[in-house]
Amino acid sequence: MKSPFILKRLLIVSFFLALLLFVAVFLGLAMGSAGSEIKAVLRSLLKQGNSDSLLETVIWGIRFPRVLTATLVGATLSLGGLVFQALLRNPLAEPYILGISGGSAVGAIIGILMGFARFPGVSLTAFAGSMATLLLILALSTGKSILKKDSLLLSGVMVNAFCSAVIMFLISLTQDSRLHNIIFWLMGDLSMADMGQVRILLVMLLPCFVLLFFLSHRMNLLLLGKEMALTMGVNVKVVTVTLLVVTSFMVSITVSHCGLLGFVGLVMPHLLRLLLGPDHRVLVPACLIGGGAYMVFCDLLARVLPRQGEMPGGVITAMIGAPLFIFLLKRSKR
Amino acid sequence: MNPAIAITNLNHAYGDSPVLKNLSFSIRKGSFFIIIGPNGSGKTTLLKIISGIIKPGKGRMQILGRPFDGYKQRTLAKTIALVPQIVSEDFPFTVMELVLMGRSPYLNILGLEQPGDLKIAKQAMAFTGVEHLANRKLDQLSGGERQRVFIARAICQEPQIILLDEPTASLDLAHQGRVMDLMERLKNEKGMTIVMVSHDVNLAAMYGDSLLLLKQGQIVGIGDPGEVLTYQTLEQAYGCTLLVDKSPLGEFPRVTLVPQRLNQVES
Repeated sequence: MKSPFILKRLLIVSFFLALLLFVAVFLGLAMGSAGSEIKAVLRSLLKQGNSDSLLETVIWGIRFPRVLTATLVGATLSLGGLVFQALLRNPLAEPYILGISGGSAVGAIIGILMGFARFPGVSLTAFAGSMATLLLILALSTGKSILKKDSLLLSGVMVNAFCSAVIMFLISLTQDSRLHNIIFWLMGDLSMADMGQVRILLVMLLPCFVLLFFLSHRMNLLLLGKEMALTMGVNVKVVTVTLLVVTSFMVSITVSHCGLLGFVGLVMPHLLRLLLGPDHRVLVPACLIGGGAYMVFCDLLARVLPRQGEMPGGVITAMIGAPLFIFLLKRSKR
Repeated sequence: MNPAIAITNLNHAYGDSPVLKNLSFSIRKGSFFIIIGPNGSGKTTLLKIISGIIKPGKGRMQILGRPFDGYKQRTLAKTIALVPQIVSEDFPFTVMELVLMGRSPYLNILGLEQPGDLKIAKQAMAFTGVEHLANRKLDQLSGGERQRVFIARAICQEPQIILLDEPTASLDLAHQGRVMDLMERLKNEKGMTIVMVSHDVNLAAMYGDSLLLLKQGQIVGIGDPGEVLTYQTLEQAYGCTLLVDKSPLGEFPRVTLVPQRLNQVES
């Protein structure tokens, strides 16, 4: 057999997680506040029988883009967490750790207060905010210190703290219905998805995913420390900056689109690492597929659980993720 | 024959404080070269410069007859491997995964190992006697096992030169001997050049073909153990009283530290 064994492992893991994602997507299409229609989805998928056109619209026009968005967002945040945990060699790192969340939140709130539409107006101001923080962080830790993990981390924490203060200030000035919009944005919200936006997300995110997979073996070497990575032929500076910029970029895109969905990016890489070991060539695809599936499930619960309306997705991701993580951590210590 | 490493007028400083001052020496191909000297004498800095981790301030360096700057990072990784002193263990890989990382400079753009790489890794693990640990996690190993795993990783890199930073520190006597014997076998059976930083002058005397004695970034002595390990040079370097006699095991010196209490009785 010519195919390397690591490829085999990668494919097996991806296959099982893809099954999980498939089930999640199917349920995501079949269930919703309009009732659950498993048979109708099956019929529509198989193009058999006469279909109910209203139901078709609900399933393919509303739920399908939403499920796709959830998949992409979950994949991006999990992968983002994985990269930052490796890059900063800190298990508490998450995709928002460098202040991307704070920056885009300030941008989004300004957009909402100025009365912009959710898309593209608020998305654009949020994206501008997160890119501004990324540039600020890069400027703060230029030159040699970018390789010192703690200086990056500290800059990020400080930028986030400052942004939180600005957010509180802006919220305290707001009294009308825009307050509700702001709070929903801060808690993460997938309800605005349509196919056009899914296409934009896909075009921007896919190249990032591919690039990060190509760098996955170098992430393994970086975990041994930059000196060891260097003696094994890794251009540490170029790889570090590339990882940082690509990851921040893709996380900014999803955050400016869907708000702050917390915890997915912290818990999914850990969970998969506990199950699959620390090899990033397996973890990168696993985080993409597994993170996507997890987000679709959480979004499904956010839609189905409340009798009226829906919950913000970020609430569910943390409510399920934290206990699940503690359970796995306890078990792995034994 | 070109030397493995040739260094001319090497200078290095951290900020304003010079660490290495005008070093010139060469390391013969296929020899066991041991760098000794007191703490802060620049031993580890020198090793880091040779491994390419630190760029030297001034001076020239040739590896196997080619100027150091002419090496691409990957080519250098195929020529020189490093066994470090401390490695982070935040993310516990298995022994097999770690040893396989030695193949990194040979992998294609996707970074996937081929069956041939696996074979080389297994041979390297057999050489250092850690095959039975292949699926063990790194944080479950003893100090001696860990050291042999990291040596296997370096062998797996198929270099011509192996650098080691105090590999016997914190090992018991049996494991110290085992590591040193391993390096000697690597030299004899694979023709590799071994460059080691060590604090143990007696191990250096027994195993080293040539020794380099540094003090405050300058060469105090260089040559075979008999030339370097005289009590005059050693006392000059370390500033303490030492007894140097011939080892009962063969033609190399034995160094014994003289405790101050005994020293005072004599004088």
